[in-house]
Amino acid sequence: MRAIGAQRLIDPLPIYTMWLREMKRFLRVKARIVSSILMPLFFLAFLGLPMSFVPVRQIPGLEGIGYLDFLAPGIVGMTLLFAGTMSGASVIWDKEFGFLKEVLVAPVSRFSVILGRSLGGITTTIVQALIIVGIAVAMGVKLSSVPGFFLAILIMILTCAAFTGFGLIIATKLGNLEGFMAIMNLIVFPIFLLSGAMFPVQAMPSWLKYIMYINPLTYGVDGLRHTLIGVAAFPLWLDFTVLLIVCLALATLGSYFFSKMEAD
Amino acid sequence: MLGESCQTKTMNNVIPITIKTEGLTKEFDGLVAVDHVTLSVREGEVFGFLGPNGAGKTTLVKMLCTILNPTSGSAKVCGYDIVRERDKVRECTGIVFQDRAIDTFLTGKENLDFHARMYHLDRRTREKRIAEVLALLDLKGKENMRISECSGGTQRRFEVARGFLTHPKVLFLDEPTLGLDVQARRDLWDYIRLLNEKEGITIILTTHYMEEADYLCHRVAIIDHGRIVAMDTPEKLKQAVGLNLISLQVAQESNARLADSLKQFDWITKIEARDGSLELSIDGGEERIPELIDFADSRGFVISSIKLYKPSLEDTFLHYYTGRTIREEEGNLKEFWKAWMRRSGGKR
Repeated sequence: MRAIGAQRLIDPLPIYTMWLREMKRFLRVKARIVSSILMPLFFLAFLGLPMSFVPVRQIPGLEGIGYLDFLAPGIVGMTLLFAGTMSGASVIWDKEFGFLKEVLVAPVSRFSVILGRSLGGITTTIVQALIIVGIAVAMGVKLSSVPGFFLAILIMILTCAAFTGFGLIIATKLGNLEGFMAIMNLIVFPIFLLSGAMFPVQAMPSWLKYIMYINPLTYGVDGLRHTLIGVAAFPLWLDFTVLLIVCLALATLGSYFFSKMEAD
Repeated sequence: MLGESCQTKTMNNVIPITIKTEGLTKEFDGLVAVDHVTLSVREGEVFGFLGPNGAGKTTLVKMLCTILNPTSGSAKVCGYDIVRERDKVRECTGIVFQDRAIDTFLTGKENLDFHARMYHLDRRTREKRIAEVLALLDLKGKENMRISECSGGTQRRFEVARGFLTHPKVLFLDEPTLGLDVQARRDLWDYIRLLNEKEGITIILTTHYMEEADYLCHRVAIIDHGRIVAMDTPEKLKQAVGLNLISLQVAQESNARLADSLKQFDWITKIEARDGSLELSIDGGEERIPELIDFADSRGFVISSIKLYKPSLEDTFLHYYTGRTIREEEGNLKEFWKAWMRRSGGKR
């Protein structure tokens, strides 16, 4: 039909097509949508609510706010971490089920392929994260401001993109499903638990603080706390800068590995 | 088919070459998978690579459709170099992979639409082409079913439809009927033929089913250990094995006399008496049967049964590699061949 010249790095139609596929797949598997929302909901309902009856208000980082308010941004961060990593790593599924070949053989630059795919993953993840925010608000969490909410979306995108890149790196370097589940449990859970999503980083001894400082999700959760409820451990510019750098590094590395991936 | 092959021979210089390889070689860690393959495929041809598993068929096809880079040698598809003009090659080729490569969560139509967009077809062309291929491959009414709900044959047909969607000049089919039942396989063969005849598309096919190559291909390259050991029309390949064989039965006591009198025909190259019947190696085909019957009649012999055996592509294959089976499940064919070998007294 129409012969195109050299591959364009940014190729709008294929990017949109890859994005659309992620949307369709997401909406088609109802169980996935429900389960992706249930887990954060349980955390908020069965950890956040009971903990708000525990007198924790004198702990550094929790002064003057309820535990549920404190936890909600952390759980949004958790959603970003899990869904983001999963979206990047789902390249393994495509490889396993053969569809990756069909994509990689098309006359489209690998960068456009992975960009469209990741944008799709980010979109579905942000939708999930916003649903969690809505649930939290319904449970009584008060958002600090409207501009803060929009800034929070920006933080969400950066955090999610970073972990999508991370998932992509795991997927391209590992290449099989079994290993992936092990990695998920071995790496992703510690990242979540040590991100300050459930306890304030300020209250920790210094050795633990340093571990949490090197965890990118710490800055994501902190940035969300800043923008959503107006309480945080670090200045917002620091959260933002760290997230941006980590996001660029992981996304670049992830798409580089993807571009080197064998079609077969 | 015979007439057709003669025709292509005389038109050799007229029909353009679609695929041309020159010493194409692929090595994996010192193991030579494809070994200096030189061939050319003409436009509109159905060309088959026939060989056992691990012969290098798939590797060869993967190089031609730019999934793998050759270690050495070169190849041109539609006039484009497979290494330097990879995108151009991809624009003019369609591929149906050996393993399923279709999104089972999406419907057939969505898969086709996805493919069309990835190949930069605009909306109008997309809709037109999707309707065309759905009609061509009889998939109308199934396009809104999820692929996971379709039968294996239908899934495969969607993949062929997709491979053909962008109107490629060349369609690569890597073991297209692998894992399909007999009916689905026959159906798919007819669709493949239709694509070739109606749309004039050049088709490259790999298979280890003899009958598939025999039924579909204008020319077949028999490939083993990465090398082409024979390349011709299925008819010529079969001829290369040897002559046809006629087995006829007359009353036991007249065997010797009939054998004697048949010696006058120069198209009978060998006569053997075996288990009460006569085995004649003949030059020619079915037309010899009435000739034999007439002759026997005129001499007063009564033929109680007569049968013509033609060599199959299987025989051709085994002719080149005696002792190597293509697939275990085709053992019965091999048994047949063995029986024939015994009967023909090991004439090869």
